Amino acid sequence: MAKKLPKTDIVLAGVGWTGGIIAAELTRKGYKVVGLERGKERKTEDYLMVHDELRYQQRNEMMQDLSKETLTVRHDRSQRALPYRQHGSFLIGDGVGGSGEHWNGLTYRFFPYDFEIYTKTVERYGKDKIPADMPLQDWGITYNELVPYFEKFETMAGISGETNPHPDVPEVKYPTAPLKETPSMKMFREASKNLGYHPYTAPAATLSESYTNPDGISRGACQYCGFCERFGCEYGAKASPVVTVLPVAKETGNFEVRTHSVVRKVLHTNGKATGVLYVDTRTGEEFIQEADVVVVSAYALNNIRILLNSQLGRPYNPESGTGVIGKNYAYQMTSAASTGFFKDKEFNLYAGTGSLAGVIDDFNGDNFDHSDLNFIHGGNIALGHYGKRPISNNSVPKGTPGWGKEFKDESIYWANRSLSVGSQGSVMPNKENYIDLDPTYKDQFGDPLLRMTFNYKENERNQQKYIREITTKILEEMGADIINSPGDQGDWDTTKYQTTHNTGGVIMGADPNTSALNNYLQMWDCENVFVPGASAFPHNSGMNPTGTVGALAYRAAEGIEKYLKNGGSLV
Amino acid sequence: MSEQEKKAPFLDKRSSRRTFIKNSGLTVGGVVLGGALGTLLGKDSTTKTTEAHVHSETTTTNFNQALMYFDKAQFDTIDAASEQIFPKTEVGPGAKELLVAYFIDHQLAGNWGLNTKEYMAGPFYPAEATPLFGHQTHLNRQQIFELGIEGLNSEALKQYKAKFHEIKEEEQVAILKAFEAGEVNLNGAVTSSYFFALLKSATIEGVYADPLYGGNKDMQGWKMKNFPGHQMSYANIIEKDEFVKIEPTSLNSQHKH
Repeated sequence: MAKKLPKTDIVLAGVGWTGGIIAAELTRKGYKVVGLERGKERKTEDYLMVHDELRYQQRNEMMQDLSKETLTVRHDRSQRALPYRQHGSFLIGDGVGGSGEHWNGLTYRFFPYDFEIYTKTVERYGKDKIPADMPLQDWGITYNELVPYFEKFETMAGISGETNPHPDVPEVKYPTAPLKETPSMKMFREASKNLGYHPYTAPAATLSESYTNPDGISRGACQYCGFCERFGCEYGAKASPVVTVLPVAKETGNFEVRTHSVVRKVLHTNGKATGVLYVDTRTGEEFIQEADVVVVSAYALNNIRILLNSQLGRPYNPESGTGVIGKNYAYQMTSAASTGFFKDKEFNLYAGTGSLAGVIDDFNGDNFDHSDLNFIHGGNIALGHYGKRPISNNSVPKGTPGWGKEFKDESIYWANRSLSVGSQGSVMPNKENYIDLDPTYKDQFGDPLLRMTFNYKENERNQQKYIREITTKILEEMGADIINSPGDQGDWDTTKYQTTHNTGGVIMGADPNTSALNNYLQMWDCENVFVPGASAFPHNSGMNPTGTVGALAYRAAEGIEKYLKNGGSLV
Repeated sequence: MSEQEKKAPFLDKRSSRRTFIKNSGLTVGGVVLGGALGTLLGKDSTTKTTEAHVHSETTTTNFNQALMYFDKAQFDTIDAASEQIFPKTEVGPGAKELLVAYFIDHQLAGNWGLNTKEYMAGPFYPAEATPLFGHQTHLNRQQIFELGIEGLNSEALKQYKAKFHEIKEEEQVAILKAFEAGEVNLNGAVTSSYFFALLKSATIEGVYADPLYGGNKDMQGWKMKNFPGHQMSYANIIEKDEFVKIEPTSLNSQHKH
């Protein structure tokens, strides 16, 4: 029998970026917030031994323990879904700070086009441009409405950046100067300019200079140590919940974090949530934490799971296209990357930081004419200088054997002589890409695992063919002696790391029939439940999602306050 | 920049720490959350620069060179097989000299060998799973290595009438190629190509993982690849046009400082 705990104003299921932002915003307004985090406490001191590629990158130190909980995966409805037994295609973090601890820190804003993608696509190309199996939707909010929230996130995190020079992209002023530019980034800039594109240095959450944010949080500059993505920052230079919003919330005295606490369900009666059911995995005890507002603030995929296991909201049915929970699951198209080999140049590739990159958006969003193209949207194109580590950095020219003498000598020779130009390609929703509950496999408590049905569809495969030509062209212009250009995108490989940009499943919109949330991230079907996170994206854009996740979390915080004051549906 | 300036910050631990403090701006404005840095800054401002010498004297006996999991015959097989995957060449030492088989032995003895942080509940459908769905067998890595090693030796015996580590290099390579292609039947719910991929990735890990794990002997894997290992800061290097070669340091130096 679960033990009932005294009611609080707001309970969070998950204490990462979205939970942390909401905690900071609401505790300072005087509300009591309880944060339930399934993982452990985290602090900067944890990372003194962080320069360990085996432990953090190969063995996934900071990621979810899959023996307790995972999901099942398949390409289409005809297949039996099999468990995602080991980390592969994406890496879900756990612990305080969540994936906000091990992220790269690339902090873009989605484009105005993204938020009104259906309307703008129809306006420019007509209805026929959108395939019948693509449930493309506006987000129920515009870019201009979101600008103040983007600014809040960027100011809090101290984003270091340069204005995007592309004429179709709105101007952004960042609170700190761009990161340092490496010789290879200069080559990328030069080559892109020669080709008529608009290069700039990526907006980064790894600080270029010391910075004190409006909350009085001071952080030092990034040291380019080369251990960033998949690692925590031992300097606190990379913005993460642990070094920004969580201390602010704690300082108020209104915030309590309970670690090792796994939320199993949102409890609800008559269309209203009463609280959550959670387990303390150390004592094994079950608790009910009652609250006026429940915020489902876990990782995007786990948000979907909590709702489905709570029987909250209408599950999506791919047959009829009705229902919303699990709908419009999307991902990121990353296979358009080309690698160039430079015989006479050696770069200091061991140095870098997670968000150090030269970028162009000339083939992203609707910044180029799609009239004669067989896809919509696109992707950014970037040369990253993230720090190459020796276990995973073994690029060799095509045709080189995968092991033995030649592999060894070649992989060592090219280790500091190869550069990749990649793309974070957008993924449009498809009727057949969705999430539901697995009929067979269970987690540590006997609750069903999520089942992910996903494959790359025509739109994305066509996009990849187009973008890979550009990544190769840029490397040619940069003077690469040998270039590995990618082949066609095959079926989704669940074992090979692509990106942890899983989006959709609990999407926002203007219409309760086709979306789960209104534009305050408030559930249409349960007005005191808010679900921030990338799960709210109706499609995924051609860039990293966290900037938009952060902005939407500030929007949700505002909505929660309004709701606590006035009640009712906010839209 | 002079040769002296190039090298100095990285060879001298004390100046390295000072350079780092100066560059990071951490002493300015009172860092609210610099817990890790607090530790770095507060402690031990008089580190001796002779640590490296002390270290080399005491490592004539490497107490890490012993077995946690393999028996001797299994060790010999993996020692030989990993050497073919990452052989000694003019560029530098191979897996044997780098103690990769010890690394693999130690890894198999722990979490990785037992798949403790992975989803290992049934049912299993190894036959219908394509490689795109990864590990779909009830076997853990210890069991897969046992089967793989048995397979390597039985192939060697069948084709060349000797154990795997006793046959010629090109014969070992031929067997490994057949494993890679999935042409050898192992006596369990796993393919030879799956075992080979595991062995290959573990070998590369043993070459380049921090020496604390038992491989990458004397950081020679890193030295070959010009990888500096654990360093505090590259803020002064990141913009440089020329390649900056840095003597590597391992996590041991961080722990002991």
